[in-house]
This record gives sequence, C-alpha cells and structure tokens, in this order.
Amino acid sequence: MKAILLDSIEQDLPVAHRDRKILYWLSTVDHKAIGKLYLLTALLFFVIGGAEALLMRTQLAVASNHLLQPEAYDQIFTMHGVTMIFFVMMPALLGLTVYFTPLMIGANEMAFPRLNAFSFWITFFGGLLLYFSFAAGGAPDAGWFNYAPLNEEHYSNSPGINYYAIGLLLGGIGSVTTAINIIVTIMKLRVKGMSLKRLPLFVWMALVNSFLIIAAMPSLNAALSMLLLDRVMEAHFFNTNAGGSALLWQHLFWMFGHPEVYILILPAFGIYSEVFQVFSQKKIFGYVFVAASTVAIGLLSFGVWVHHMFAAGLGNTVNSFFAAASMLIGIPTGVKIFNWIGTMYGGKIRLTTSMMFAVAFLIEFTIGGLSGIGFSIVPIDWQLTDSYFVVAHLHYVFIGGSLFSVFAALFYWFPKITGRQLSERLGKWFFWLFVIGFNLTFFLQHFLGLMGMPRRVYTYQDIPYYTLLNLLSSAGAYLMGAAVIVLLYNIYRTLKGEVMKDQDPWNAFTLEWYADAPPGERNFVDVPVVTSRRPFYDLKNPHDRDYD
Amino acid sequence: MNRLMMKLTIGSEAIFFLCLIVAYLYFWRSGNFQREVAEHLSIKSAGIFTAILLFSSFSFWQAERNHASENYKATKLWLIVTIILGVIFLLGQGHEYYKLIQENILISKSEFGSSFYTLTGFHGLHVLIGLIILLIVLALTMQGYLLNKNSSAIKTVGIYWHFVDAVWVFVFATIYVLPYIL
Repeated sequence: MKAILLDSIEQDLPVAHRDRKILYWLSTVDHKAIGKLYLLTALLFFVIGGAEALLMRTQLAVASNHLLQPEAYDQIFTMHGVTMIFFVMMPALLGLTVYFTPLMIGANEMAFPRLNAFSFWITFFGGLLLYFSFAAGGAPDAGWFNYAPLNEEHYSNSPGINYYAIGLLLGGIGSVTTAINIIVTIMKLRVKGMSLKRLPLFVWMALVNSFLIIAAMPSLNAALSMLLLDRVMEAHFFNTNAGGSALLWQHLFWMFGHPEVYILILPAFGIYSEVFQVFSQKKIFGYVFVAASTVAIGLLSFGVWVHHMFAAGLGNTVNSFFAAASMLIGIPTGVKIFNWIGTMYGGKIRLTTSMMFAVAFLIEFTIGGLSGIGFSIVPIDWQLTDSYFVVAHLHYVFIGGSLFSVFAALFYWFPKITGRQLSERLGKWFFWLFVIGFNLTFFLQHFLGLMGMPRRVYTYQDIPYYTLLNLLSSAGAYLMGAAVIVLLYNIYRTLKGEVMKDQDPWNAFTLEWYADAPPGERNFVDVPVVTSRRPFYDLKNPHDRDYD
Repeated sequence: MNRLMMKLTIGSEAIFFLCLIVAYLYFWRSGNFQREVAEHLSIKSAGIFTAILLFSSFSFWQAERNHASENYKATKLWLIVTIILGVIFLLGQGHEYYKLIQENILISKSEFGSSFYTLTGFHGLHVLIGLIILLIVLALTMQGYLLNKNSSAIKTVGIYWHFVDAVWVFVFATIYVLPYIL
C-alpha cells in the first residue's frame, strides 16, 4: 500500500499554550480540541436542559399541581426547547462533524482553523447570553418557536425574549460559519483518491447538512433581527396591534425551522451509516442511494414548512401542496431505513452499545416518522396540533433520531477521541434505562394527545387516565435521568481508567482510525492513497480490497 | 479556498436579504406604501447614488484586472476610487435618512418606516463592512502585502463587494422602481 505524505498544518497558526491549561483551551484552533469543546458545551447544556425537563415532568406528575407557577412553567418549557435544539443538538452534531470530518477525509485541519474557533466561541457565548436572561429579569417564555405576537413587548415584558433573539442570532452566525468551513474543508482538503463518490457517508451527510444550514439559518436570523427591532426600537413587523403580521413570523421561522429538523437528523443519519457498517462488518448496502436520498431530503426540506402552519388558515390550495410535499419527504427517509436494514442483513452483527442505539433508532424513528406522516394529513393535524401528540412525535424524532445518534457516536468514537474505551457493561445499563424510560415517557403522550391534553399548559384537571398516564410519563423521565447519571459515571470512570491497547477496537473501515488514538496535534504524517470507500479496510485486508 | 468560502457566504447573505425583501413586499401589499413612497422618496437622488455604487463595482473590477496583470500602482488607485465611491453612497444614504426623519418617517411610526429602514439599513451595514475590508486591503497593499498574482485576497473581497452592489440593485428595484410599475 502506497502512502503519501501530507503537508503539515499551515505554518503560522497561533501557538496554543500547551503548558497552560485554561489558556490552551481558550486559544486553541485545533479542530479536535474545538470538537471537544463543542461536545462539552453540548453536555453542559444537556444537563441543564434535562434538569428543566425533569422539573416539567415533576410539575405534571399529578393533577392540579402548584409546584411551578404558570409563569415559571412557561419559562422552563421555552428554555428546555431552545436549549436542547440550539445548544445541545446543534453543538453536539457540529462538534462531531468538526472533529471527524478532517480525520475521515485524510486532512490535518479544517480549511479555516481560526474561523472554526470563532464559530465555537460565538455559539458558546450565545448560549451563555440566553441563560443570562434568568438573572436579567426572566427567561423567554413564548415557546421555542416564539410565536408573534406573544413574543412582543406588551405580551412578554421581561427582557427574556431579547436574550432569546441575541443568543440565537449568535448561535446562528456560529452555525453558518461552521457550515461554510465544513463545505470548504470537504471540497478542498480531501486526500488523494477520495473522490466525492468515495466520501464516507458521515462526511456526505455533513456536506449536505452544511448546505442546509447555510440556506436555512438566514431566514431565522432575519426574523430575529426584525423581532429585536420590534422590541428595542418599536418597529412594527410582528406587532399585530399596529399593522404588523403574526403570519410573517411563522413563515420566516418555519422556513428555517423545518430545514432545522433535517439539520439535526442528517448528521445523525451519517453516524448511523458508519455504525451500521462497522458493527455489521459489511459495507453499506446501496451507498449511492443513501447519498442521493440525502440530497433529495435536503431539497425537499425547503418545501414543507407550512405543515407547521396548517392551523393558521392559509387555505386548501396551500395546505394541499405542503401536505403532499410532506408526504413526499417520507420517501427518501424510508429509502435509508431499508439501506440500513440491508446493511445488517447477512452481516456479522455485534450488539455493542453503539449498535444497540442504532438498532433502537430504526424502531423509534419509524414510530416518529409514522406519526409525522399522520401530521401531514391536514384534518389529523387540525385535530392534534398543539396537543401532547405533537410533543410525543417531536421527541420520537429528536431523541429517537438525533440524540440516539449522539449516544451511538459517543460509544463508537470515544476510543478515538480519548484513547479509552467506555465500559460496555455500564453502557448496556445506560441503554436499557434510557430506552425504556424514553418510551415510557413519550409513547404514553400519544394517548394523552389523542385524549385532548394540550401542550404548554402548566397543569391539568384530574380527568380519567390523565393522572395515571402523566404519572407514568414522569416516571419514565426519571428513568432517563438515572440513565444519564450512569452515562456520566461511565465517562468519569473511563477517563480515570486505563488506556486501551488496541488502536482499532471495532475493526473499523474509515481513515480516522488510521490516525493515533487520540490523534496527535497533527492528525496524519502520511495517509494511504484512497482507492475505495473503505480505505482503512483496504489497508488491513490487502488481498480482499474493495473496488468501488 | 478563499473564494469558495466567500461564495458560500454571499449565498447565505443572499437568502437573508431575500427574507428582508419579501418582508418589505409583504407589508407593501398590506400597508399603504404607495402613497408614502411617492411622498417621501426621491427616485432621482436614489438613482444617482445607485449609479455611484454600480460604478464602484466597475472601479473594483479595474483594481482586480490591474492586480492580475501585476500593475500594482493602478490597483491601489482603483481601490482608493472604490472606497471613495462607497463612502459617497453611504453619505447619500445618511442624507436620505436625515431627510426622512425630518419628515417624521421613523422606524417606530409605520410599517413603511420599519420595513424601509430595516432593508436599507442592513444593506448600508454591509456596505460599511465592505468599506472596512477594503480599507484593510488598501492598507495591506500600501505595506506591500497581497501584491503577487497568486494572492486570492483581492478577488475574494471582490466577490463580496460585487454582491453588495448587486443586492442594492434588487433593493432599489423593490423600493424605488416597483411603485412606478405596479
């Protein structure tokens, strides 16, 4: 196997202070360190957002509970949603992308290392600003999609929503700059032989995803700018008392918001594609279909936003168009599900924690997908919108889809990032506690929704089954909380524990495993010339190489 | 690499401006913009400043051409011309704002005010950022940096500057020309 030498990293990168810990983390432009910072940020906000979720479920555990007052409850559910979407899932998935994209394409750095650091820090400070709102007189309280006119000064007169707007603007700028950085890295820094047709699927998803970010974020940024002008300078965009338009906010928000849910799931699809291959010891079934259906999802995702607005009364023509588009987008997603099942079929399956999360994803995400298809049928949407059915649906896709992928990635790549392998025994405990808790919490909410329980109301009357189902749902949430403690303990114990001896514990296929574990400051000194989609596999099996 | 980065950036920016223009048009239809535009905006003076901004695109193009043919003295000269034209455009915008505020058109007074100041203000901000970048480029070239054929800096900045000018064409068409057509 021929190996080619890589140019070393750009010469004049700022020297990170290796000897001084805090200064090192503040000043580093190394994509691996920044990837870790993203992941740690995600973990921090995950714990906070999770605590908020537990507060809500505690409040809802019994009927007519007054643990939280309505004002406090509104702030908590808003902060939970905003935190989990913008400051947990985004940094977690972008962090994994920033960490692994250069490694998987055989590059030593991102295209713009300083921009990479800028993107992280602006996102991080966006999150801090959002939380500063608690100290400044009250958190935002109009829900994560922050509908007009509830987001206006005279409905929400604490400064919370100003912090929402500024925090998300900063986060949005960070995401766009990261996305640009990722695209340029993938287009320009691939190692010799790695054509677009040989990109690892995780990188393919990152590429399409970055285009989605670039195209979707501006519409949120525009909406947030207008909202800030409304609130600070008394402009009239969303002020319905003075000729403003509530619908404009909805359109702008969901023109971002629907692509956003794909932004959170595409990198997840990439992670699953890698995990299914490695733990089935088989190459992906239908590589081209996985990549092409992703492009299809990317394009279609900009034509479905009005399905969040069926209840806004836009008329049958508009509703029908967007209903049809929403059903259509189920197809490329369904294609992928079969790709992954096909990958497992006939493979040597190893049910590691990572693989178990991937398999669980197939089931949970299909449930979430089916309820999603249900919502694209307009009359069903009218019946169920703003009920707990929506809460159940969105958690099945966000948790069962995106969050499970982060867990799968964590167990799969932890050895690469730290040189230590997470305990599989504790991992299984974590898996079962979390998955059982998750289904207990959210599956029951489908029924609550069908029975008419509205979301975002701080308490409920003791109607038959309401208390029982809610109590079980809360119990499930506590199971998830316990699971996360097991996970944190697992990470802590592993970091204290021994360095693993085997640099390639999973017998993996892609280039990141060719680097050291953990990779040195310079990822690669040399990289094998890529001649197929599984370069590391080729290297290990010179007599049974791939030819694609 | 730099140029691809800048192209992606302006792609994102283009969608941002598209949203602002759509918002403007949305309120244009629902509000009473026709009258306000006719009473308060002057297409003539705006047209002149549009021509000036477009000419700055031309002058920057000259700077790029001279840079490519290693004629660095002319490059610096055209950069200075571009900056002056950009500053004139911003001064024109400032003057227009001043006049409108005298006539009691404020961001908080009407939907027209909100939409007009937001759309043109964000564009003006982009011109200002462009000018800052141009000043940096000029300062660097004066110091002797960026002066070789392979430097992509001037071309990259050019993509941004031409984009800002192109956006203005759309903004101008939306705000000043549209009322005469529809």
